[in-house]
Amino acid sequence: MEATILPEVTAAGVIIKAVLILAVISAIAGFGTFIERKILAFMQRRLGPMHVGPHGLLQLAADGIKLFTKEDIIPQHANKVVFAVAPAITAATAFIALAAVPVFPDFTIPFVDIYVPSIASDINVGILFVLGMMAAGLYGPLLAGMAQANKWGIIGSARTAIQFLSYEVITGLSILAPIMMVGSLSFVDFNNYQTDGLWMVVYQPVAFVLFIIAGFAETNRTPFDLLEHEAEVISGYATEYSGMRWGMFFIGEYANMITIGVIAAVVFLGGYNDFWIFPGWLMIIAKIAFSFFFMLWVRAAWPHVRPDQLMWLCWKVLMPLAVINVIITGIVMMLV
Amino acid sequence: MYEVIAFYIFAISTTILFLITVMSKNVLYAMTALAAGMVMISGFFFLLGADFLGVVQLIVYVGAVMALYAFAMMFFDATKDIKEKHQNPALVFLLGGLMALVFVVMFSAPIIGENVQALYPIVDGVGNAQAVGMVLFTKYLVPFEVAAVMLLVAMIAGIILAGKKMDYSLTECEVSDQELEDEILKGEAK
Repeated sequence: MEATILPEVTAAGVIIKAVLILAVISAIAGFGTFIERKILAFMQRRLGPMHVGPHGLLQLAADGIKLFTKEDIIPQHANKVVFAVAPAITAATAFIALAAVPVFPDFTIPFVDIYVPSIASDINVGILFVLGMMAAGLYGPLLAGMAQANKWGIIGSARTAIQFLSYEVITGLSILAPIMMVGSLSFVDFNNYQTDGLWMVVYQPVAFVLFIIAGFAETNRTPFDLLEHEAEVISGYATEYSGMRWGMFFIGEYANMITIGVIAAVVFLGGYNDFWIFPGWLMIIAKIAFSFFFMLWVRAAWPHVRPDQLMWLCWKVLMPLAVINVIITGIVMMLV
Repeated sequence: MYEVIAFYIFAISTTILFLITVMSKNVLYAMTALAAGMVMISGFFFLLGADFLGVVQLIVYVGAVMALYAFAMMFFDATKDIKEKHQNPALVFLLGGLMALVFVVMFSAPIIGENVQALYPIVDGVGNAQAVGMVLFTKYLVPFEVAAVMLLVAMIAGIILAGKKMDYSLTECEVSDQELEDEILKGEAK
């Protein structure tokens, strides 16, 4: 691929990009709830939301109105400042993580001639930054659970700390093998590495599976959604939350799902390269959409796991596999 | 221009957050402020162009170390204030005075040492991670290896401390259902 000269990235372009990410991803989070309910319903032979609008399509407007107008309750003995800040941490870290990944194709706004880049902030350690920001995201559930003076909340935040800390190890180790092959931490280099050759998933199938499993745990999706396991801990860290504060946890979770989808697409599934007759921007949206759908599919197909099974899976199965994968990758790279 | 504004924002917020950490009597406030202060410190690394170290600061301190502190705090009631006991005010005074002296020396050091220069300046065309790796595996190889051995020792010690009854499952009861039933019946008979 010949190097195309890109226009200069200006401050205005970055700000427009940031607003665009914030608006579109928030909207997708709202729309995602509808899609999730519909897909789950069809997989479980139900109809899902049907009454509001055609096929329940206006349900998301109704949900939005409900969330915005619901009374914002802060429990009497809660630590009010931390209780109020915690949902913002979840949403903010999720969106900050999205600043360093390629989300939409780059384009130039006509007439005013402002170039909007594909990556809001193209730092050369992009992958580590995204993983670090998602790691910082654990403070949302953690502080929420500890601030609300509720036993279920404490259990929820204890589970948050265990689950996120454990599965960060898997995410880091699984993505280390592709990083060794590419020799860079930049998403752009990962994309260019797969321009001519095969997708990374062909070379690193084990790392891909490990990353997806850890991604489910880090986004708190169903086989591993122990943080707010209704049957055991009511709603875990979110027990005392209502209205838009709860909605911010939700938006953060959906934004994290999209981030995991983007990392999986760029690192393992060929990135935003053109494929056959399909242009690159369509390919990456299709890949992210598939990851999103896959998460819903798994939710419909698999039950929850117990906390001890979660830890067993992490430390006795996934971590040894990830370490062995890294070692084998290193040996093969030395010999070849 | 932007960098100066960003530096002052980071500097002021770091100072305020760490002051809250020291002054607050509430565990939860102290911990939250410490974690937020760690995030702000990583901002300085980004400002200096050391992206890699900034990210490492985020992952290690914010993601791991502070989360472990938080985990330890689950054992306290985080919503209550803590009453601090000052058993030896003279010691507190002495330590505080020494800290103040160290601060004065630290702040005046750049004024005295005008000839401070970077030994390993940023090389063009070499990424941040590569630069750190080169220094780590050439000049600082021995400290690096010693640190690795120390971490290994800590890991083994952790496994030994936590490893009691590791082969014993908490959920699968070793007593069979029949035995359990007998026990209950015995208890009822008494």
